Parts: sequence; structure tokens; C-alpha cells
Amino acid sequence: MSLAMDLQPTEPGIVLTAEQKRRRRGRSIAIALALLAFVVLIFAVTLVKGPGVMVRPL
Amino acid sequence: MSLISETAELASPLRREISYAEPSMAGAGDYLALMKPRVMSLVVFTAFAGLVVAPGHMHPVLAFFSLVCIAVGAGAAGALNMWYDADIDAVMTRTADRPIPAGRVRPGEALAFGMVLAGFSVVFLGLMISLLAAGLLAFTIFFYAVVYTMLLKRWTPQNIVIGGAAGAFPPMIGWAAATGGIGLESILLFLIIFFWTPPHFWALSLYSVEEYRRAGVPMLPVVSGVDETRRQILIYSILLAPIGVLPWLLGTAGLTYGATAIAGGALMVALAWRLYRRPDKRAAKLLFTVSIAYLFVLFAVLLIEHGLGLQNFGTPFGRVFA
Repeated sequence: MSLAMDLQPTEPGIVLTAEQKRRRRGRSIAIALALLAFVVLIFAVTLVKGPGVMVRPL
Repeated sequence: MSLISETAELASPLRREISYAEPSMAGAGDYLALMKPRVMSLVVFTAFAGLVVAPGHMHPVLAFFSLVCIAVGAGAAGALNMWYDADIDAVMTRTADRPIPAGRVRPGEALAFGMVLAGFSVVFLGLMISLLAAGLLAFTIFFYAVVYTMLLKRWTPQNIVIGGAAGAFPPMIGWAAATGGIGLESILLFLIIFFWTPPHFWALSLYSVEEYRRAGVPMLPVVSGVDETRRQILIYSILLAPIGVLPWLLGTAGLTYGATAIAGGALMVALAWRLYRRPDKRAAKLLFTVSIAYLFVLFAVLLIEHGLGLQNFGTPFGRVFA
């Protein structure tokens, strides 16, 4: 067994502060809302255009 | 001794690596700020005017989808602009608190954000609405992010004259989304914004000369002086006033628009003349503020007239473009 495998990590790694956690949560919520809006928009456009959804003027 | 100095040399890049590994401090609001929401709102407003003025009927859902794509495309251009101009933004007081110079968003994050938004907006406008509108949107993003931001802005005092085309395209994109083509009326709307841009931005630059000089941006007052800038503002205002009236003369807009365009154009020329004769910061600020109101009111009246069906009322020569 190598020496490297015997070594145990002595530091906890990157630990987020409360502010960083708050901002990450804000970003996650924003991405979720944007994704939801995108899905709803595409669904609505698909309903309006019907079977010819990909037919569009030049 | 040598060991200490070697350690010191290693410390700097190591510190940089560690700082890059730190979790992002960007909030959702910072990404919204990257999209320049105020510019985006003007883009949406003028694109909406292009959609409404265009002949024929567009389903409201498709019109809304088109506007969302145009808004996101404008936001993408804004993010790419902030990515490239972060060094200039850091020097200028007005822009120093933007997300990248303030250190909340890393340049790479802004670049990726801008590219993804640009791709999505163009592809979905092309797939769902119109290939021509998508092509125009892609060209507008390219023109603003590459031609204006990367080339013109740091190279020539005519930067905002040529670069103004990027801000003038949205009504044409809206028109193309509604009709699948480019009408002469949409070119008129393009020309109004194109000739409005120089007096608007040069008025702003007149009371930010020192900031632009410090940032090394060759704005007209920095390169050619304040007097030449005031002269150019007057010339472009004189050109803008009759161009603003053209939609009425050519039958695209009605009498209300015509009267508004004549009064607004006269006010723009009067304020530009006042600035030319009596140079002070107050006159420049007033012209800057009035120029925003001029464009907003002009397009608002155009929208209201079409909403009420008054676009053919009081046109001097009827509808010139069939």
C-alpha cells in the first residue's frame, strides 16, 4: 500500500459560509424558475402551432 | 535565503489557484445585472413596436415567445459585453459595481452565461418563429459583442455611431418575426434608433469625459474635444428630426404620431442647439434625459395608434408602402 493512501485528509475541504450557501440557494431557485418558464413557453408554443410546430416562414 | 524567495515566488500563483477554487459569490441578481435589464427593456419595447406595426396578425403566444427570445438575445449581448469590458468597467465610477469588476461573478462565468443565452435565443427563435428573425438576432448579438465591443469601442470615436446599429435592429427583428420578411417600414424604425444613438450617447459622454479618458475609451469628446462633440450632436439631431417624421409622411403612422414626431424632433434640435451655443453639463444632461423620453414617446404613440386603429388617420399621402 502506498504512502499516499495511508494519509488521512487533515482539512475539511471547502466549507461554504452562510452567505455563500444563501447565494447558491438563490442561484438554484433562479435556474429552476427559468427552466420551468422555458418548459411552459415551449409547451404553449407547441399547442398554438399544433402539428406544424416546426413550420415557420423564412 | 534562496529557499525563502522561491517559496515567495510560488505563493502568488498558488494563492490565485485557491481563489479560483473558492465557491461563487454570485447571486441570481448578479446574473440578471449581466443582462443589462434597462437596455433589455428598451430592446423589448422597440421590438414590440416592430411586431405591432407589421402587417397581418400574429398569435399573442407566438408574439410573446418572440419577444422573450429577443430579450434573452439582448441579455446575452449584454453579458458578453460585460465579460469583455470588465477592465474598462473597473475604472469607471458608473460601472465599477458591475458584477465582474466588483468580483461577484468571474469572467469565465459571464462568458459561458452569455454564450448559452445567445445560443438558446437564436436557435429557438429560428425553430419556432422565423429563420430570418433568428438570423437578424444572431447578427445583432455578433455586431454588439464583437464588432462594437471588441473592435469599435476601443478603436474609433465613431464607435457608437456604427455600433448604434446593434441597438437599432430590434424593431426589424420584431417585424421579421411577425412577417418573415423585412419591410421598408421596419427600416424606417431602424433609422430612427440609428440616428438617435449619437446625440443620446454623446450627451452622456460630455459629462463623463474624464471617466472615458481615464479608461482609455476613444469617445468623441476625448479624441476630438467637447466643441466638436457638441457640433456633431447638433448635426445628428438635425438629421434625426425629419427621419422621425418619415413614418407619418409615408403612411406607416397617423397624425398623432406625426405631431409627436414634429414636436419631439423640434425639441431635440432646440436642446442640441442650446448645448452647441452654451456648453454646460446641465444642458448635456437635459438633452440626454429628453432623448430617452423622445424615443420612448415616439414608439409608445406608434403602438397606441396601431392599438386603436388610428395609424391611417391624417396621413398626408396615404400608405406609400403597400
